[in-house]
Amino acid sequence: MNKIKFTIDGKDCFAEPAQTIMEAAIANRVYIPALCRYEGLKPAGSCRICTVRVGRSHMAACTQPVAEGMVVENIIPDLEDMRKSIVEMLFVEGNHLCPTCQKSGNCELQALAYRYQMLVPRFPYEFPLRQVEPAGPNLLLDHNRCIQCLRCVRGITTKDGRPIFGHIKRSRKMKISFDRELVAALSPAEAKKAMDLCPVGAILKKEVAFTVPIGKRKFDRIPIGSEFENKRS
Amino acid sequence: MPQKGIIESIVAGYKKDPSRLIDMVREVQKKLGQVSSESAAKIAALLNMSKVDVEGVATFYHFFSTVPAGTYAVYLNNNIVADMKGRKAVAEAFEIETGSRFGTTTADGLIGLYETSCIGMNDQEPSAIINGVVFTKLTKAKVKELVAAMKAGKDIWKMAKPYGDGANHSKLVQAMVCNHIRKKGPVLFTPFKSGAAIKKAVTWTAEDVIAEIKRSNLLGRGGAGFPTGLKWEFCGREKALPHYVVCNADEGEPGTFKDRVILTEMPHLLFEGMAVAGYAVGAQEGILYLRAEYAYLKAHLEQVLDTLRKKNLLGKNIAGKKGCHFDVTIKLGAGAYICGEESALLESAEGKRGEPRDRPPFPVTFGYRGLPTTVNNVETLCTAARILDRGAGWFKLMGTPKSAGTKLLSVSGDCVKPGVFEIEFGLKVQDLLKMAGARDAKAVQVGGPSGTCISRGQFERRLCFEDLPTGGSVIIIGPQRDLFEAVHNFMDFFIEESCGWCAPCRAGNAILKKKLQKITSGKGTSKDLQEIESWGKTIKATSRCGLGQTSPNPILTTLQNFREMYEAKIHGDTDFVSEFDLEAAIKAASTVTGQKLTEAHHE
Repeated sequence: MNKIKFTIDGKDCFAEPAQTIMEAAIANRVYIPALCRYEGLKPAGSCRICTVRVGRSHMAACTQPVAEGMVVENIIPDLEDMRKSIVEMLFVEGNHLCPTCQKSGNCELQALAYRYQMLVPRFPYEFPLRQVEPAGPNLLLDHNRCIQCLRCVRGITTKDGRPIFGHIKRSRKMKISFDRELVAALSPAEAKKAMDLCPVGAILKKEVAFTVPIGKRKFDRIPIGSEFENKRS
Repeated sequence: MPQKGIIESIVAGYKKDPSRLIDMVREVQKKLGQVSSESAAKIAALLNMSKVDVEGVATFYHFFSTVPAGTYAVYLNNNIVADMKGRKAVAEAFEIETGSRFGTTTADGLIGLYETSCIGMNDQEPSAIINGVVFTKLTKAKVKELVAAMKAGKDIWKMAKPYGDGANHSKLVQAMVCNHIRKKGPVLFTPFKSGAAIKKAVTWTAEDVIAEIKRSNLLGRGGAGFPTGLKWEFCGREKALPHYVVCNADEGEPGTFKDRVILTEMPHLLFEGMAVAGYAVGAQEGILYLRAEYAYLKAHLEQVLDTLRKKNLLGKNIAGKKGCHFDVTIKLGAGAYICGEESALLESAEGKRGEPRDRPPFPVTFGYRGLPTTVNNVETLCTAARILDRGAGWFKLMGTPKSAGTKLLSVSGDCVKPGVFEIEFGLKVQDLLKMAGARDAKAVQVGGPSGTCISRGQFERRLCFEDLPTGGSVIIIGPQRDLFEAVHNFMDFFIEESCGWCAPCRAGNAILKKKLQKITSGKGTSKDLQEIESWGKTIKATSRCGLGQTSPNPILTTLQNFREMYEAKIHGDTDFVSEFDLEAAIKAASTVTGQKLTEAHHE
């Protein structure tokens, strides 16, 4: 089958039919910043960080199929500023206190904030009152840090395909919830998977928080996106 | 606690079909007054679903409640026109008479008071829905009567008097709602003889029907203006079967109520339009997705469907054409503006949370149950039926070159004659204002909050796709009004009605509203104006669906067209004004200690 030819920021790229811009970008070793995306999960298009521009239209790279001849703009100042502002929105919408978070250094929201050199959000903090709740014997769900990316909803299911996590309510009140019986039945390995799936510190496996000390974690060593981009200073 | 067997029989009544989950939840809500955690667990077990998915649905829609909502649940419309017409006094009367606050129920659980987004009664505000029954033009005295009746345990339905005009008066409706048809046009409100369109259509090929609609230049009337003939063609040529016709009767844009009048007075025209669409795209099944606020019309609509079946205009071998089958079922919404967005509507029609889908694929290829579906607005389908009857040539004589035909407008606000007007496309705003008896409007909100707010200098503009497109909502704002109140109201609306799925819409609109508050409270600077504009553009550019892509419009369009209003509020000569209010910050402490801490500090 013929490959689709398109460009990202001027770089010639090739895609398989039906691939999304994001999938094709990865195949062409181009980094498009993203947060709700996770390899192997159905894209949700919920964080909108991967917004790119094609002509005059903005679109989420994770859900938009590539088309022949597409000219995609990705790492350009105004898009990067929009992405930075979404990261800032997520920071002010919840309570993200990195220094006390078990996920610090492994957190993708924090890593993006570093990427965008966010010193202080441009938006006022909301300091919402949110709760921490136990989720079965193995997990904690800290709503303060949840960014509603829906990775857990999409990725953690029972063997017969029923979701264990779900989202309830709507608007700003939307939040992640779970089926108590099903979450209690998660094995320690499945619980670990749920924690690893969470890009932030909202789903935490009990008793493993500091096995790797802060300072030696993933994004403490290399900035996010550096697998494709030249390492930034 | 749910009585034994109730949930089981409700779920069994819908044949354990998960796509009927919303109907099940509605029935549970109606019978038990709430959808409790136990009920959700029981439904989930019976459907082999996760409990959290049932709760996801039960908490998404405004008319469902996970705690007891009250034997009588009062939903008072909170849109800006209701405010103009005295909602605050009515709300106060409800609180005084019940001794309870909005957002709660009375201690005995008898009466619950809630606010709700526009219920499609803008021409007869203040209005409320109590246990599904609509009450219009509420006054303090009427509220007193209503609360007394509720306390006496009366059937609330009997309090809805006097009945409105036309079919509102008929036995199956008996509603206080008035039609207020101010201007009848040739397309929608001219008598229509059932069969005139479908009988003609079945003598043509489906391709010819589509060609006729394409020739008419009919553009979708819901607001987006997509060519209807093209949509039918796309859907019709899809290989996957079956195909569906879905009518979007979920008009939720604040200020629109035109579809309500069509559904009340011309439902036979609408259903015929659906049958024509079915014939054109090769669908045998049509769904009318009716907003919950209009549930009072359901029995009336069902009867019209029955009559059409008896006339062989719906059902098997319709209009005498062998092998041509088409019928319509009605699905009710449950209170969510977002379900007016076609892909969210489809999700909801499948019994799920009304969250928009990613597109592509579009509904014409991946629609209801993942099958090819044409989703059309009520007015669009009516217009299509009329075009079949009268011909594309006749139709195109009306309107402008790019906007053929007529448009039904819902006009409300500061005018003598609020109601619906069927006008030819191309009408100047100032001529509409004259017809509605609005002599000195200072602003007109065209297309609802997601549309544009225009100022006097623009009243020469024309209502049509080339200039000022509108799904039908026209809100007139008089010279005595503070336009900022409307802007605040519209932003509150979008914050409440955002589905919450994507970050910019969920978090961003609340941020915009806060900034707007800063500006209107006199603490803004010119930097705030720049920021609010730039943030609004980001939300528009990055949001996932039409809601977020238009939600900053109340701010952005007033900033553009009423800039002086914003500039009068800000400090133009400085970069920074402290937002910190010491008195307010220590108010709680002052109250507790009984002394003014600022004074103590100064001593």
